[in-house]
Amino acid sequence: MEFGPHLMLAVLEGAVTAAVLSLTAVGLSLVFGVMRVVNVAHGEFFMLGAVLAWWIAGAFGGHAALGFLAALVVAPLAVGAMAVLADIVILKRIGYDPERTIVATIGLLYILQQVTLMSYGPEARPVAAPFNTRLALPWVEWGEAGPALYWPWGLSITSYKLAVIGAAVAVLVGVWAVMTRTRIGLVMRATQLDRDMALAFGIPVERVYALVFGFGAALAALAAVLIVPISQAHYLMGGDPLLLSFIVVIIGGLGSLPGTVVAALLIGLSDGVISVFFSPTLAKILATLLVALVLVFRPQGLFGARAA
Amino acid sequence: MLELRGIGAGYGRAQVLRDMSLRVGSGEILCLLGRNGAGKTTAMKAIMGLVPLMAGEVLLDGVSLGALPPHEIPKAGIGYIPQGRRLFGELTVAQNIEIGLMARGEGREMRERVLGLFPRLRERLGQRANTLSGGEQQMLATARALCLRPKALLLDEPTEGLQPSMIEAIRVVVRQMREEGVAVLLVEQRVDAVLDLADRVAFMENGRVVEEAAAEALRADHAIVDRYVGV
Ligand SMILES: Nc1ncnc2c1ncn2[C@@H]1O[C@H](COP(=O)(O)OP(=O)(O)OP(=O)(O)O)[C@@H](O)[C@H]1O
Ligand SMILES: [Mg+2]
Repeated sequence: MEFGPHLMLAVLEGAVTAAVLSLTAVGLSLVFGVMRVVNVAHGEFFMLGAVLAWWIAGAFGGHAALGFLAALVVAPLAVGAMAVLADIVILKRIGYDPERTIVATIGLLYILQQVTLMSYGPEARPVAAPFNTRLALPWVEWGEAGPALYWPWGLSITSYKLAVIGAAVAVLVGVWAVMTRTRIGLVMRATQLDRDMALAFGIPVERVYALVFGFGAALAALAAVLIVPISQAHYLMGGDPLLLSFIVVIIGGLGSLPGTVVAALLIGLSDGVISVFFSPTLAKILATLLVALVLVFRPQGLFGARAA
Repeated sequence: MLELRGIGAGYGRAQVLRDMSLRVGSGEILCLLGRNGAGKTTAMKAIMGLVPLMAGEVLLDGVSLGALPPHEIPKAGIGYIPQGRRLFGELTVAQNIEIGLMARGEGREMRERVLGLFPRLRERLGQRANTLSGGEQQMLATARALCLRPKALLLDEPTEGLQPSMIEAIRVVVRQMREEGVAVLLVEQRVDAVLDLADRVAFMENGRVVEEAAAEALRADHAIVDRYVGV
């Protein structure tokens, strides 16, 4: 394949990565922003979403789309409910102390991983995509008669991958609308800005925390359900999304949602392009290097507000 | 009526308030005076449930607030204007007011009322709170607390860093609250600014109230004021 079409393919693959990554990272960013909790178990909520999707999809007979649709609705809700429970049982008990929550969520990470290993097993299992048509993509070529379209061999994407990108955009717009246009969003932002003043104006901060923790986990689970027809469910799959989400959240500016989305695009796209042309390992190395540079030269993140 | 009965409170193991008692009647302005670090702000936080009580109880109209979780205390009818204003800085003026209204389910009518008291806020509804001038911020902090239709109002150094005309605006509102039967607890540094406003004055030292006097008596005899807050 020539360079142009090859690059377009890489960008499209990168866009799928970016879409899933932005959902996962926005979940992590929300939890950090509002609760000041660094949730090390975030990747495991992602993994649980994928494993539950396999399980739910398998429980449904009939067309693949039916099981997938059920998973898309049920898995995030179930994972969100689990996270709410974890918040009430563990995080609330330790008073959301920044250091102790890190240790506690590390513990949660291992518990979730081991329980999944014992029940679901060590296999990687696929979930059928609800639809998966291969769409050939055109490329422009300047011939003697001016620009002309042609369809290079191998330049294609599946309809499902396009749907993942579309779904992620829709969910992100939804999250943005909730945060800026609704009462619950206002309450979350007030809690994020000043916890004590939120309490002094009647906001039930602990209930907001439980809700935010559940919502963040549900976003990770939703991202996983979207990606599992492409990549398969496995009990160790939570590591990469966790690392990449941390990278994205740091680059974007801790707790800044627009920054998180822009950073997810940056990391996702460059990951796609570098993986295709060089190697996935190099992509991770460069992303981590970028984090180090951001931490040294712009610790508030590319889009975070400067500390007052 | 707001009443503190022998409360103790502090941060972690460091106790700041010891056996502190206080009573503010409805329609009365009680001014709490004391040196820096005497525990005035801590007393207000203890009333709001933001620092846990180690001893004693807080009563509003005879009902104990001690068993309530912190977010229920404002809902009982206590409005708080904290030291340093503590607005929700990234939210707009309108959103800060909305949060005040939500606390006790107040609506349009109350919103119009507080915007009537502070017309400058009405011109700036869409502006972010942390871009307001100091005086406007104090207006917003006051408006936000009044949105609760409070039975008791706590003001922690509301005139800090304000010009005289702005101080006068705050005093007018405080007097109006007294007319409406609100119990007003006011912390101030500058004694002269409060003596003609307050009904009674309580002096704090080392976390407890050591002396109370009618403001009238203090206006006549300044010696006692100098003993507790003089330099
Ligand atoms: N968060 C905190 N943690 C530990 N100690 C605190 C904390 N806040 C206040 N203190 C201490 O409690 C004591 C009383 O402080 P407080 O803020 O109540 O004083 P204040 O009377 O309001 O003073 P000022 O007039 O300066 O506002 C001080 O010794 C202060 O150092
Ligand atoms: Mg103070």
